Amino acid sequence: MQEMIVNRLRELLASGDYAGVIGWSKGETPFDRTPGLFTEKDLDRLCYDSFCGSNLSKYLIANAKDKKVIALLKPCDCYSFNQMCTEHRIQRENVYVIGVGCKGKIDGEKIRNGGIKGITGVSEEGDLLKIETLYGEKEISRKDVLLDKCLSCKGKEHKCADEVIGESEDTSVGNKYELVEKLDAMTPEERFEFWRGELSKCIRCNACRNACPACSCIKCVFDNPKSGVENKAAADDFEENLFHIIRAYHVAGRCTDCGECSRACPQGIPLHLLNRKIIKDINELYGDYQAGEEIGQRHPLTDFTFEDDEPSVVERRGGGK
Amino acid sequence: MSVNKEWTPNIVAFCCNWCSYAGADLAGSGRMNYPANVKIIRIPCSCRLNPMFVLRAFQRGADGVILCGCHPGDCHYSTGNYYARRRMTVLFSLLDFMGIERGRTRVEWVSAAEGAKFAATMNDFVKTVTELGENKKLGDLRCKK
Amino acid sequence: MQKIGVFVCWCGSNIAATVDVKAVAEALKDEAGVVFSTDYQYMCSENGQAMIRQAIKDYGLTGIVVCSCSPRMHEATFRKTAVSAGLNPYMVEIANIREQCSWIHKDMAEGTEKAIVLARAAVAKLHRNAPLTAGTSPVTKRALVIGGGIAGIQTALDVADAGFEVDIVEKSPTIGGRMAQLDKTFPTLDCSACILTPKMVEAAQHEKINIISYAELESLSGFVGNFTATIRKKARYIDEDKCSGCGVCTEKCPSRKGLDDFNMRLNKRGAVYIPFAQAIPNVAVIDADQCIHFRTGKCGLCQKNCSAGAIDFEQKDQLIERQYGAIVVATGFKPIDASQFNEYAYNDSPDVVTSLEFERIMNAAGPTKGQLVRPSDLEHPHEIVFIQCVGSRCSEDAEKGKPYCSKICCMYTAKHAMLVREKYPDVNVHVFYIDARTPGKNFDEFYRRAVEQYGVDYIKGMVGKVSVEGKKLHVQGSDLLNGEQVHINADMVVLATAIEPDPTARSLGTMLTASMDTNDFFTEAHPKLRPVESPTAGVFLSGVAQGPKDIPETVAQAGAAAAKVIGLLAKNELTCNACVAHANEAVCNGCSQCERVCPYGAITYEDREIRTPEFRGVRRIATVNEAVCQGCGACTVTCPSGAMDLKGFTNRQIMSEVDAICR
Repeated sequence: MQEMIVNRLRELLASGDYAGVIGWSKGETPFDRTPGLFTEKDLDRLCYDSFCGSNLSKYLIANAKDKKVIALLKPCDCYSFNQMCTEHRIQRENVYVIGVGCKGKIDGEKIRNGGIKGITGVSEEGDLLKIETLYGEKEISRKDVLLDKCLSCKGKEHKCADEVIGESEDTSVGNKYELVEKLDAMTPEERFEFWRGELSKCIRCNACRNACPACSCIKCVFDNPKSGVENKAAADDFEENLFHIIRAYHVAGRCTDCGECSRACPQGIPLHLLNRKIIKDINELYGDYQAGEEIGQRHPLTDFTFEDDEPSVVERRGGGK
Repeated sequence: MSVNKEWTPNIVAFCCNWCSYAGADLAGSGRMNYPANVKIIRIPCSCRLNPMFVLRAFQRGADGVILCGCHPGDCHYSTGNYYARRRMTVLFSLLDFMGIERGRTRVEWVSAAEGAKFAATMNDFVKTVTELGENKKLGDLRCKK
Repeated sequence: MQKIGVFVCWCGSNIAATVDVKAVAEALKDEAGVVFSTDYQYMCSENGQAMIRQAIKDYGLTGIVVCSCSPRMHEATFRKTAVSAGLNPYMVEIANIREQCSWIHKDMAEGTEKAIVLARAAVAKLHRNAPLTAGTSPVTKRALVIGGGIAGIQTALDVADAGFEVDIVEKSPTIGGRMAQLDKTFPTLDCSACILTPKMVEAAQHEKINIISYAELESLSGFVGNFTATIRKKARYIDEDKCSGCGVCTEKCPSRKGLDDFNMRLNKRGAVYIPFAQAIPNVAVIDADQCIHFRTGKCGLCQKNCSAGAIDFEQKDQLIERQYGAIVVATGFKPIDASQFNEYAYNDSPDVVTSLEFERIMNAAGPTKGQLVRPSDLEHPHEIVFIQCVGSRCSEDAEKGKPYCSKICCMYTAKHAMLVREKYPDVNVHVFYIDARTPGKNFDEFYRRAVEQYGVDYIKGMVGKVSVEGKKLHVQGSDLLNGEQVHINADMVVLATAIEPDPTARSLGTMLTASMDTNDFFTEAHPKLRPVESPTAGVFLSGVAQGPKDIPETVAQAGAAAAKVIGLLAKNELTCNACVAHANEAVCNGCSQCERVCPYGAITYEDREIRTPEFRGVRRIATVNEAVCQGCGACTVTCPSGAMDLKGFTNRQIMSEVDAICR
């Protein structure tokens, strides 16, 4: 597929209409894929394979501002792209979207965590991953090491592509709200303990924010010394919570559930569960809504009906048990 | 605040200028008693309440936060309270999801004519929060011992 | 750093009895920025205000905190005091230590402690205050009245008489509206046309009134004092300036299939027609759907016979763009569709008519020239049954009908019954009713006359079914007072159909961003105190568009709306609300979320040149129209970057209050 993509890109770039293409290149380790803007002359470095899990749509804010570019988007990335177009952060007409086929992306951490050490290279054969290590070759099934976000895949359709290259597959398994429901079923004390355990790991590196396509503010309130809530050096314990709650709230209705926050978190905090809880609430209370489904949607928190439930519905739905 | 006294909760009440703030005034002119630990902040409309303010109050030591606005359909700006209703529902549910006691946050619709309801609401809210005790959880959430 | 003065009021003993005012004043002296703090018996008195003015001068105060009664009581007073001493009025904060402290607490220590906290919060907020200036915007001295019925005509006349230009936009070919269709009016029984047509003529001849008939509002932008309207004037295929209204064309027209809307479609009219004799403008109109020329390209008899040369088959819709300072909605009503009530056999028999149809039948200029005859066979009826509340006062969950009372039906049915009995004493008249609602001057007397003098048979109860039996209509109803079923073999049945807002109201409401209720009636700014204003500034309400009402009420409301319009247009400029939203261009994402929640359409976006240390270039930025923003703050909370803030209630002001309270 990579070859097909590169050939098509060569064609498109030759027209001179585009300043470049937003895609991936190989990184330092066998699993790293570095996003970047590629021009005709460095197309050789462009790579597209099972490790290109990162969502490139956010790079378009900066790169498609006053020039036309080509973007390689997986089906799930399209939702983020549409949402950013809705919010006028990306000019749709400045981007030629090539929907690239995706059959689920691989989580390098999961391979390492599976006890495979001394990895020197990886290759794919159908559903099998062949991993070359210093100690010989090992085989594992792709399905066992897919990124968590791929397990709640939103489907194989590209919602915004100008053309599609390659086949896609819906890799979702089971109920994506399973963990949210599990937490909902706990007592408040248990939930509190869970989140305390998780959020205590936070080092405030801002990776979640930087990866999040919805967190694309020109200046984040937490960085703005004039906002009154900027994070100071001597932050109190509360501030991390404030950060994560407000971050979840700020992206409420706009979060496409792309899972980048959790994927990016170096501490492995399941931050996406906060967003997914909100998505679940919104769907249940205000009707099914998928952010980024199409351009120009009005999201549920900028909308209302006269008959909406009162906030006390939280208790009636089993909150505060 | 005096330290020797028995602990009483600190409550921040955000009140819409057009209805519940006036309702609180009416409770006052009717000499209806409610605890002194309720402090009112006037906002132009319930839709002005940023979730950030709620969290800020907790961060600074509030034990309960209540928002009072116009009854649905009666918003001075016609639609403000409808947005506030959705926003607070989502926020409260998220706080609940993180294990923060539900009783510490509340939304009530109190009109300018409902002085008695204002006082009763505050009495009831203070009672609920008093039963919950001091709000430590949000501060504690971060530091696992 | 600000220099703040704190003034603690005793309010006689109202505050001083439960708050140690001296202790409050003393405690506040320790607050950062407070350079002066004192107490006084009555701050709002002239002496108290003089004390504040003196302190502002003596200490060079940049802001004051008054600890007193509710700001709803005296905020305006103390703002004026501050202004007279040279301060900006928005550098005043009130700590409400009466209604929200001294009056609700009995314990002095407790009250004092709370008063100190409230005062501190006010000081904390004041530290973040900035002087605010309310903007102004100019006023275009012209009003647009949408709808040319009695409501629109009356409003236009009153506004024009005050010397302002008024345009009436009427969607049908003539002004006059529903009132022109009525035969007589209650409770005086004077002829509707006789009292309406002079007003129509007056409007037409008024030098300040411009009637744009056969036209509708296409789009609207702008805000109070500065609306820009685009009006679509539909092609009537007649040159209005040339047509003399002689009516020759209407006689020569060979097409006779069009239904006469003015006569409630009870008779046919030509493809070219003048709605009624006193129409204004008295100009014909061609119904292109019926016109043989438009359908086949032939005919053209009207053109050949028009001595004025007014027929213009090439005429196109015309778009008129004009500026207005105020807009009056007078779109009126229509009777609800009676065909959904087939339990009354409306679809089965032409002898079941609505009351407005009956109004035309009774009218001398109507389809039967005023002869009361059955539409089916033109025979004289002997038994007539009137059914009240058809589609009115239905339960909320009913499949059809309206939950409200249409208000006028009881009275017009009494009128109909009386008129029939007066003219045709041989006709028996029965009225099925739920309640006879007759509040209004001389209304109950009128109704009682119908019963007592004219012998109208009022039956309290509803009709279950009307069925066609041969030439008769079998009416089956209940008489609740006698507890029995009633069967009447009637010749005619008249349905008092509910009235509903004109179908154009909903889209118009959207265009004007004027709110409407669930029944599509326009909502007033306050149900009691601002009944003729819409919540949208500069939009006023006249007549049934706001809710069911009769002619005298409509005229009264039309006059009231006119008074409000005159009050607005008399101003050269409007002072805007100073506490408006404002987007900080340095951090605005231009994401359009704020626009979605603005109830006034005050937010637009523009590409603006930005120069900050971090960014130079053009960016999409939210812009608030300060003349339109009412300061609710809905936008501020949708803004994730905090770029959108509300002056007077900024994020930092409110958070400072929070901090002070929770300290």
